[in-house]
Order: sequence, then structure tokens, then C-alpha cells
Amino acid sequence: MTKSMTGAKMVVEALRDQGVEVVFGYPGGAVLPIYDEIFQQNEIRHILVRHEQAAVHAAEGYARSTGKPGVVLVTSGPGATNAVTGLTDALLDSIPIVVLTGQVPTFMIGTDGFQEADTVGITRPCTKHNWLVKETDRLAETLHQAFHVATTGRPGPVLIDIPKDVQFATGDYTDPRKTKTEHYQPQVKGDIEVITRLVEAMEIAERPVFYTGGGVINSGDAATQLLRELVEATGFPVTSTLMGLGAYPASGKSWLGMLGMHGLYEANLAMHGCDLMINLGARFDDRITGRIADFSPNSLKAHVDIDPSSINKVVHVELPIVGDVAHVLEDMLRVWKSRGRKVNKEGLAKWWKQIEEWKKVDCLSFDQSGKTIKPQHALARLEALTKGHDRYITTEVGQHQMWAAQYLNFEDPNRWMTSGGLGTMGYGFPASIGVQMAHPDALVINVAGEASWLMNMQEMGTAVQFRLPVKQFILNNERLGMVRQWQELLHGERYSHSWSEALPDFVKLAEAFGAKGIQCSDPADLDDAIMEMINYDGPVIFDCLVEKHENCFPMIPSGAPHNEMLLGDASTQDAIGAKGAVLV
Amino acid sequence: MSALKLKKGLSKHSAYDLKDPNAEVIESHTLAVIVDNEAGVLARVIGLFSGRGYNIESLTVAEVDHQGHLSRITVVTRGTPSVIEQIKAQLGRIVPVHEVHDLTVEGPSVERELALFKVTGQGDKRIEALRLAEIFRANVVDSTLESFVFEMTGTPQKIDAFAELMRPLGLVEVARTGVAALSRGGA
Ligand SMILES: Cc1cc2nc3c(=O)[nH]c(=O)nc-3n(C[C@H](O)[C@H](O)[C@H](O)COP(=O)(O)OP(=O)(O)OC[C@H]3O[C@@H](n4cnc5c(N)ncnc54)[C@H](O)[C@@H]3O)c2cc1C
Ligand SMILES: Cc1ncc(C[n+]2csc(CCOP(=O)(O)OP(=O)(O)O)c2C)c(N)n1
Repeated sequence: MTKSMTGAKMVVEALRDQGVEVVFGYPGGAVLPIYDEIFQQNEIRHILVRHEQAAVHAAEGYARSTGKPGVVLVTSGPGATNAVTGLTDALLDSIPIVVLTGQVPTFMIGTDGFQEADTVGITRPCTKHNWLVKETDRLAETLHQAFHVATTGRPGPVLIDIPKDVQFATGDYTDPRKTKTEHYQPQVKGDIEVITRLVEAMEIAERPVFYTGGGVINSGDAATQLLRELVEATGFPVTSTLMGLGAYPASGKSWLGMLGMHGLYEANLAMHGCDLMINLGARFDDRITGRIADFSPNSLKAHVDIDPSSINKVVHVELPIVGDVAHVLEDMLRVWKSRGRKVNKEGLAKWWKQIEEWKKVDCLSFDQSGKTIKPQHALARLEALTKGHDRYITTEVGQHQMWAAQYLNFEDPNRWMTSGGLGTMGYGFPASIGVQMAHPDALVINVAGEASWLMNMQEMGTAVQFRLPVKQFILNNERLGMVRQWQELLHGERYSHSWSEALPDFVKLAEAFGAKGIQCSDPADLDDAIMEMINYDGPVIFDCLVEKHENCFPMIPSGAPHNEMLLGDASTQDAIGAKGAVLV
Repeated sequence: MSALKLKKGLSKHSAYDLKDPNAEVIESHTLAVIVDNEAGVLARVIGLFSGRGYNIESLTVAEVDHQGHLSRITVVTRGTPSVIEQIKAQLGRIVPVHEVHDLTVEGPSVERELALFKVTGQGDKRIEALRLAEIFRANVVDSTLESFVFEMTGTPQKIDAFAELMRPLGLVEVARTGVAALSRGGA
């Protein structure tokens, strides 16, 4: 029997059928009928953000920390355009989110009506797919398809634009089970012949390395389990991108740490010197490869990715495997075991010896002797004091983000939410709100820079209103630190507009919102202050005054290969050549 | 280097199947893309080409299966082998895209384009234009005392050649449909 109902009711019905528990949104004229339906039910919670960009980042945080899609509801025109940064962020980081936008009624489309914007046109390049629904009868089916597309294959953001008359009109509700999705079914099983070739290479490789990425997290718990099993069984070293942290535990004995522009010395040199590189769900981003011509020049490369367009896009690989990480890992393990669990023991022992030498460089060492808190020290203490907690970390974008990646340890997937591909300042605070919604009892900390944090600081209102005890751990260097660092290295120390002036008093700001503010400037007080933050039952702004001119190392200057890494301030003179200077 | 030497061409998903992906030669490929005939699908395809900096030399689109709501987009594009591989993979990611065929590598194919030429002139030039049109098997679809409109179907090269010949004879306007292409044989 078909159910007949208004379009607005269909939206709520479809969300419920898709198992949605939380919607992040902001109302306006073009979505009033949907808001009216939300008012009349209790199953789906609506979190009123203070800016639509924040709704999308909150949904991203929710999605990344649960593996479920995040849902956003905003109005037409400015509501939709405010969501664009979040959509682009989710597209670049492969985060599944479903954004519903209101639109002017169908008969007014194209008339420059009040709050009309060509939402599907504007968001076409920043969504995985989008739809303008012009008939109420098609609405439910489109909503179900949207969830399917967002979460299948390479995940990503989708958007459904719903004109107001479609929300008011009555139509037939389509059940999710009756919705056609067979056309969009990306390949998940890898080519077994190529997998076998990879296993053959693994048996003889002298210097293998696993290079894992966000795709392992996207793939889900099975992928992480299988990765751990394969790494333990083979004894191969493993490194990860920024997006893949936590897939392999930081305490695991094969862990090399993060690789890339601000990655660890041992991880980057292992990538440079390996003879077999096994890329699992990473996309050879330019933060990883540096100068392509010199990227891991002597290795055989395998690449497992669910998106055929990721393969051979940047780096050409000898063993391309299109498929889901978990499915491919399962086959790899099965084939490897059936062939007798062979590895090149002698080669591996030498390789590990070499890696241990690199580790001795101790590239993350820092000197906390003065009276100012070093940002690295602040994070090392945060790590030590939050270790045993059920902890989730989000970040803003800049030096603090890189330090967080370097000094915090992740034992499990989905515990680390950061804007990698787009590098969106203002991501971390709303993301922490989304994470806390999904994990009400967990300790959720946003590691922030003061400049980034200001970009979405209005969300203090959301945190206080919904009693979300998110901790805003601001490493306040009164600088746009990452920009300042580049100006130092690249622009003759001319610090053009890279400092934060007229900063608010963060403690008073917290109090003005009805939250708690803590300031700390003395290394001697740091532990107590952090404990006070952890133990406070409610949102906290922690203003940690840190060394203003600290640079983030290691650093591979743009355009340089992995083995030309800068390890400290002494090595930075003229480090970036003319060719590298045009890169970002 | 250790013993890890492998043959190229191990997977159907690899550019290695075709030729050296690092080769810098620019090739022209004709792609047939089968898509759902829905609003915005052409914008998605065109947006992909402009957004990622790919070339479009020719593009045609029309519904080919009314019941199945399927359209066929024929794109002629140029690029290095690896760029062509990327274009195909990127097209394949678009949700309403069902199939992407590279007619240039999938075996022999036929390519045809329709063109209309307006040629004005009098006297000998007019006679010469008509004579050449016959040789090229172009049809006269409109004529006045001072002008002809010729219609011709053929390969893009043939249409180019005819346009070249007509230019000195009073060619004033050309309209071309772009390439439509199909693979040869029963497959
Ligand atoms: C200031 C700054 C500095 C940065 N510095 C660094 C740095 O030093 N090191 C670093 O690593 N990053 C750094 N980044 C992040 C960087 O920009 C990229 O976002 C990141 O490296 C990409 O990670 P990834 O390769 O894991 O790909 P992701 O963006 O996570 O993409 C995942 C890949 O996996 C595939 N995939 C998805 N699901 C599956 C599945 N189920 N099965 C198989 N494949 C799947 C996707 O198709 C995609 O190709 C920095 C970012 C900023 C803002
Ligand atoms: C929205 C946006 N605008 C500009 C940038 C460029 N940018 C990257 S890092 C950075 C400085 C960030 O400063 P802060 O948040 O204080 O962090 P810090 O680097 O000092 O730790 C800027 C401006 C960006 N990534 N995002």
C-alpha cells in the first residue's frame, strides 16, 4: 500500500527510514514546511547552529566519528550558499553527508525570486551528486537515492534542492526498499590476478612499506581489523596520511608515524627508500609526494582505491587495484596465507635496522625549558593527560593541526576529525559539536589556532544551548602561524598581515556565552589547567598562550623530494627554490 | 633495485594497458558516454571538462533511448594518454553516467558529422561551387539566385576539406553538428 503525504512530511519520514537521529540546520522561508514537520515529532533531533557553514562541518564531524552519513537542513539562497564551503570540504575529504536545501516554488524558479539562487548549479562541482526535485511523487525516492550515493563507493556530499510548493503538495511516499539504486554500484572486489602479483611482490620485497590513507577509515571497521592483521603478520612498516590516522594504532610496533610535508623523518625516508609501496586508500596528494619526479624513485607501487580516477592520476603505479580496501585486504591475506605466509626475512631485518637509525634522529624532539609554553609541549601534555579517556579530537587548520597530528596518538579509527583536502579554517569547532552529538559522554577536544577558531566562534551559542561539553583547546600564538612560517621561509620574513590583532579576551568571551574560560601561560600551571578543562562538565574555551614564533618541523619544502626534509630552524635558509615558490 | 620487476599491463583499469602513460604525445580520442537523460547531466559533463582543464573538440548529445531515458554524448577530446585515461575515469564517476566507451581504442569505428554551408556568388564561382558540391556528394537544400545552402554528411576531415574549397567561392556561413560515432561490426 502506498502512503500519501505532503512533501515536507516525506522528508521527515525518509530521514527516519534512513535511520537518521540528528539533523544540523537553520530555518528560513523556503524550508518552513519541513521545520513544521520537525516540530511535530520527537524521533529526529534538530540542532540549531548559528551559521549554515557550521551545520555542514558539524555533520562532517558526526559522519567521520560514526561512519554514518551526516544530515543538514538549510533554507534557499543565502542558506544554501553558506553551505558551499562545507560541501567542498566534504567532497575533498570523502565525507558522506546529505544536505537538504529549500528552494523558491517551482513556478518562480528563474524569476530572481526572493532568496532564489541556482543551488544545484552552484553546488554541482562541490557535491558528489545533486538533485532538484520538481515533483512531490519523486521526492522520497530521491531522498533514498541520495543516502545511497553519499555512502556508497567513495563517500561524499550530496544535496537535494526542494522547492517550497513541492514541500506543500501531497504525493506518494516510496519505501527505501522499493527505491532503485542498482545503477550506482561501484566495484568493491579487486582484480584477483593483480592482487596475486602484489602478494608475490610482498614475498620478495626487501624494503616494503604500507602507505595507508583516509580510504581505510572510509571502508570501515573491517578494513582496520584486516590492516592490523596483515601488518602484524608480515611485519612490514606502516605509515599513514593525515586522513588515515588511527587505522593502525600509534602504539603498534610497526608504526612509523604520519608521512608527508609535516610527516616524520622515518616515515618519509621509508617512503623514499622503499622497494615496494602498498598504497591502501590514499590518493598521492601533493602534501605527500613532493616533487613527483623524485617521489620514491626505486619502488614498485601498488594502489588500492575504490575510485578508478584516483589511480594513475598523479603517480603511475605498476599494480593498480580498483576495489574497497576491506575486500582487497581480505583477498590479500587469503592469497598470502595460502601461498605459505612468506616474507623476505633477511631483507626485512635490514630494512628495520635502517628505520631504527632514522628513528634515532628523533625528529619531533623539542626543548621546553623557557617560561613560555611551547605548542608541542602543550599537545604532549594534552596527550598524556587525556590518554585513558574515551577521546575524540577535531582540529582547525594551521600549525596547531600539524602538531596535533604529530604529538597526539590515535589508537582507533574515527577518533580524528580534520580538514585535510580543503584545509578549511573554521572546521574544527563545529565539527567538535557534531562529534559530541554523536558521542554525548566522550571527551571531545578541538585543537585550534586562535585565528581559525574565530572563523566559526558563533557556535559557542550552539554548544551552550545544547549542553555540548566540547573543549576548545586554543594554541594562541597571536599569529596566523602557518602563514607566518611560509612568509619566513619564502618571503624574506616580511610578515604581511599574518598576525592576530584585537583578539578577544577568550575567558570573558566564554563567560559571555555562559561557558567556562581558562587561560594558561606558564608551563608550570599547564597540567592543572588541562585537568580543570577535562573535569569541567560543560563547554570550555582554553586559551593556551604559546610561543609566538615556533615553526612546525619536520617540513618538506614544496617542490622538494622526501629526502630533502627540513628538520629545524637552522636548515631553513633559502630552502624553497623558485620552482617550489609557486606551489602552495 | 631489487628483484621486483613486473610486467606492464596487468589490469584493465590501468593506463598501462594502452601505451606508455608518460608519453607526452597528444592524441585525439572519441568518447561515447551513455547517460541518464535528466536535467543537468550535460552541465555535469561540460563542467567536468572545464573544471579540470580538459579539451572539448566536439560534442554532440541527444536522447537515443526514449523508454530507457538514455542519452548518448559523443565527445572528441585531446590529451596525453594519461589525461585521456583520467577523463574516462572522471566521466565514469558522474552518477548518471552509465557507460564510457573510448571508440578510438575499442576497435574500428565510424565517425560522421553533418554540416550546412551557405555559399553566395554569381557566374563562374556559382557553377564551380555546384560542381564541387557534386563531387563531394553535398546536397543543395536551399537556393536563391545569389546563394546556395549545401548539406553534407561525412567525416570531420571531409567537411573541413569541403569548407576549404568553398571559401574562395563565397562561403559565408557554416553550421556543424559535431561528431556522432559508432563502433563498427556487430559488437
Ligand atoms: C596545513 C595542511 C598541511 C598538511 N600536511 C599534510 C602532511 O604533512 N601529511 C599528510 O598526509 N597530509 C597533509 N595534509 C592533508 C592533505 O592535504 C590531504 O588531505 C591528505 O594527505 C589526503 O589523505 P589521503 O591520501 O589519505 O586521501 P583522502 O582524501 O582521505 O582520500 C581517500 C582515498 O581513498 C579512496 N577511498 C575511499 N573509500 C575507499 C574504500 N572504501 N576503499 C578503497 N579506497 C577508498 C578515495 O577514493 C580516495 O582516493 C595537510 C593538510 C593541511 C590543511
Ligand atoms: C578559510 C581559510 N582561509 C585561509 C586559509 C589559509 N591559512 C592556512 S593556515 C592559516 C593560519 C591559521 O592560523 P591559526 O588558526 O592561528 O593557526 P596556527 O597556524 O597559528 O596554528 C591560514 C590563514 C585557510 N586555510 N582557510
